[in-house]
Amino acid sequence: MGAALARLSSAGRRIRTLNSWTWTASVTSLLLIAPLLVVVFGLSAPANDLWPHLVDTVLAGYIVNTVGIALGVALGTAILGVSTAWLIAMCDFPGRAFFSWALVLPLALPGYIAAFVYGDLLEFAGPIQTALRDYFGWAKGDYWFPAVRSPLGAVVVLSLVLYPYVYLLVQTAFATQSATLIETGRLLGRGPLRIFRTLAVPLARPALVAGCALAVMETLNDIGVMELFGIGTFTTGIYRAWFGFGDIGAAARLATVLLLVVLAVLWAERRLRKSLRYHPENDRSRPVIRYVLRGRRAAIATLGCGLPVLLGFALPAVFLAWWHVRAGAPIDPAFPAIMLNTLGLALAATALTVAIAWLVVFGLRLDPAFVRPFARTAGAGYAVPGVVVAVGVLGLCSLFDHAVDDVSRMIFGVGTGLLLSGTVTVLLFAYAVRFLAVSMNALESSYHRIPSTLDAAARTLGVFPRGMLVRVHVPLLRGGIATAAALVFVEVMKELPATLILRPFDFNTLAVRAFEMAHEERMADAALPAIAIVAVGLVPLIVLSRRFLQPNVAAETSS
Amino acid sequence: MRFLTLALTLGIASSSILAATPTAAESVNLYSSRKEALMRPLLDAFTEKTGAEVRIVAASGGQLIQRMIAEGEYSPADVLLTVDAGNLWRAADAGMLQSVDSKYLLSVVPSDYRDPGNQWFGLSLRARAVVYATDRVSSDSIATDLGGYIGLAAPVWEGRVAVRSSGNIYNQSLIAAVIANFGAERAEQWVRGVVGNLARPPSGGDRDQIRAVAAGEADVAIVNSYYYALMLGSEESNSIGNTAIYFPTDDQMGTHVNVSGAGVARYAPHPELALAFIEFLASPEAQSLYAEINNEFPVHPDVQPSGEVAKWESFTPDDVPVVEFGKLNADAVRTADRAGWK
Repeated sequence: MGAALARLSSAGRRIRTLNSWTWTASVTSLLLIAPLLVVVFGLSAPANDLWPHLVDTVLAGYIVNTVGIALGVALGTAILGVSTAWLIAMCDFPGRAFFSWALVLPLALPGYIAAFVYGDLLEFAGPIQTALRDYFGWAKGDYWFPAVRSPLGAVVVLSLVLYPYVYLLVQTAFATQSATLIETGRLLGRGPLRIFRTLAVPLARPALVAGCALAVMETLNDIGVMELFGIGTFTTGIYRAWFGFGDIGAAARLATVLLLVVLAVLWAERRLRKSLRYHPENDRSRPVIRYVLRGRRAAIATLGCGLPVLLGFALPAVFLAWWHVRAGAPIDPAFPAIMLNTLGLALAATALTVAIAWLVVFGLRLDPAFVRPFARTAGAGYAVPGVVVAVGVLGLCSLFDHAVDDVSRMIFGVGTGLLLSGTVTVLLFAYAVRFLAVSMNALESSYHRIPSTLDAAARTLGVFPRGMLVRVHVPLLRGGIATAAALVFVEVMKELPATLILRPFDFNTLAVRAFEMAHEERMADAALPAIAIVAVGLVPLIVLSRRFLQPNVAAETSS
Repeated sequence: MRFLTLALTLGIASSSILAATPTAAESVNLYSSRKEALMRPLLDAFTEKTGAEVRIVAASGGQLIQRMIAEGEYSPADVLLTVDAGNLWRAADAGMLQSVDSKYLLSVVPSDYRDPGNQWFGLSLRARAVVYATDRVSSDSIATDLGGYIGLAAPVWEGRVAVRSSGNIYNQSLIAAVIANFGAERAEQWVRGVVGNLARPPSGGDRDQIRAVAAGEADVAIVNSYYYALMLGSEESNSIGNTAIYFPTDDQMGTHVNVSGAGVARYAPHPELALAFIEFLASPEAQSLYAEINNEFPVHPDVQPSGEVAKWESFTPDDVPVVEFGKLNADAVRTADRAGWK
């Protein structure tokens, strides 16, 4: 009797702890959704006649451009990501070890900087077209050259810097999940192409979908590339309605449409992943035996991996460096301070964002049904333009500050003024809203590899849930945490619009500096901070790609 | 949970270290849409003169106004500085600026270049000029075939005009000025005509338009005067040797001039210092710096433009007060949307 009571009461305790974790996870998610809700509530702002004007004139163009470019980038990143991942995971050719991590490098290059470099290189007045005209004696209209500042140009530039998302995820999937099946395929006499088409790609589809979804979300929120190339999308439209017309109602309507699109993409991603989930627990993940390529095939493989690295990273980086050297620009005396500031900010933001993501993912693990809707919506911040997040965060913090001030006045007779607004805390909050999805994705895919039987074992041993988290999950999640941290760190280094609006006085980051100088069209001065963003971003990315790199097993076997 | 607490503490601790910028006893808080690098010499000069520090946040004008609105009566902003009249008008319209009483500013800044209610004052002038290719367009032709802005819509310029996007406030203010001079209907016809004459879809910045003219992609470009002066003073001057600047004027409309300017924030914590800062920016010393750094025309009548700018011919500025650009901005943008100016 006594024992039964004790068991009952301890069960009660367990349920309570369970609830405190899941509640915290849900409330935290809600907190991260709140800025987006502030924006959506802008819908209640009186609609003046701007909205019908937008519908009549530019909305159709926004839809066509936004959808077209998003689909284009999905396709572009899928082609680049899957083909390079296949080569690295399944083939042996000269330079394979180098490319396995070098293929991640374009992720360090902010899209707006790549767009700037390519716009300058490939425009009519740029060096390439000028050289062509000089050499052939052409004038305007004598020849055809693709317009770089066009929707197609945006698709190419964005695909070149975003494909590593697909590459990273699909390469891992190729190298681990499908090993046994692929070997079975080989035994049954299927050629490499057929295995690629009928086995490997279908098996890697969850990873492919996840990678493409990340790339599409980055594309949807992009403003730098679109502004440089003069392309109207939902995001530039929101920007224009808000900051150009000062019309919150119209901006909120555009933002809400965009949010719905984002939620639809996220939902589709989940659906696709769910119906396609394969359980790696049953697979004794061991490295695949790779095809050894020789001669022309090896050359093609080297070229196929080399081009994305060259175009998405090396070429723009070299041009930035060259611009800097050519102008003989002195090094900005403020540069070291800006560098340190950026590093500190990125580290703090990474710690905070990964911690929150972990909390939410853990809550999701404990009670999926309850936490899922909150977690999924909180992830939407990633696809929302940084500017929109910024304005939501600004509004929310202002509400909070004014509420605290009112209460303090009522009780103590003294106001508190602005507690949060204009501090780094606001900036960190905004980063967490923006980049939660990135770290959650990495942690979740890591969690999927921990068999749920381990949770059950922890529960049986009575170390549930805190002991389970600390003693079971933490050691197994180290890789996932490293991935999440590296991705968030690089994203924060590159983040521009929210930083611009929310930063405190006299506060500069490398991205802000690079943007301001590029905006003044002082490329020589923009080059140094831009190079620094890329260089600092490389460190975590190289660590990350080394983690993904499979141990180099002796490659034998056939063509 | 312990990890979480640790991470949170770390995050907050490092952020408070980052935030702990020393606060001077006396400081002016500046919200500026002119980039920090361009303001720095002026800020340093003010600090040297008065001992008061200037703290700066730079972002676009519209964003800074949104931030002021969100911060409300506790906004730390003392001064809002923008690079066009439209945003100053919008800030005043949103109740984010205050009227000031300054005999000095009234005496130095001509009435066309400030707010009639004394909420903001122009500090530097920039003309929206035309840069043309001298090897394809003669100086006679630019005066007769083009004349004023309205000439840019004439059939003779078909496929020859370069201009950046209508999302740019300088173009919006130009359209607003055309509306003020010629009425809404003619202005819309004019925009349609200009769009029909474009050599390429609008993209890039003002310098890109100048490069397009030099390289032969277009024959005339609509750009702000200081961009051209800055390029002439840079290593790029050789590659644009076949170009010249022209200030469009006709019987009805003079050359379109916009201002960069500033106003004291409605809830400024240091209003006296804020006004002292704006008065400093209008002083001959700061005006020369302005002219030098960015090749703009000083607003102070006694200060001369510098370098390349001083060599240019003088022109007749349009007589529409800049405050109209703000009032007509929404009409201008809608006109551009309807006429398909991207």
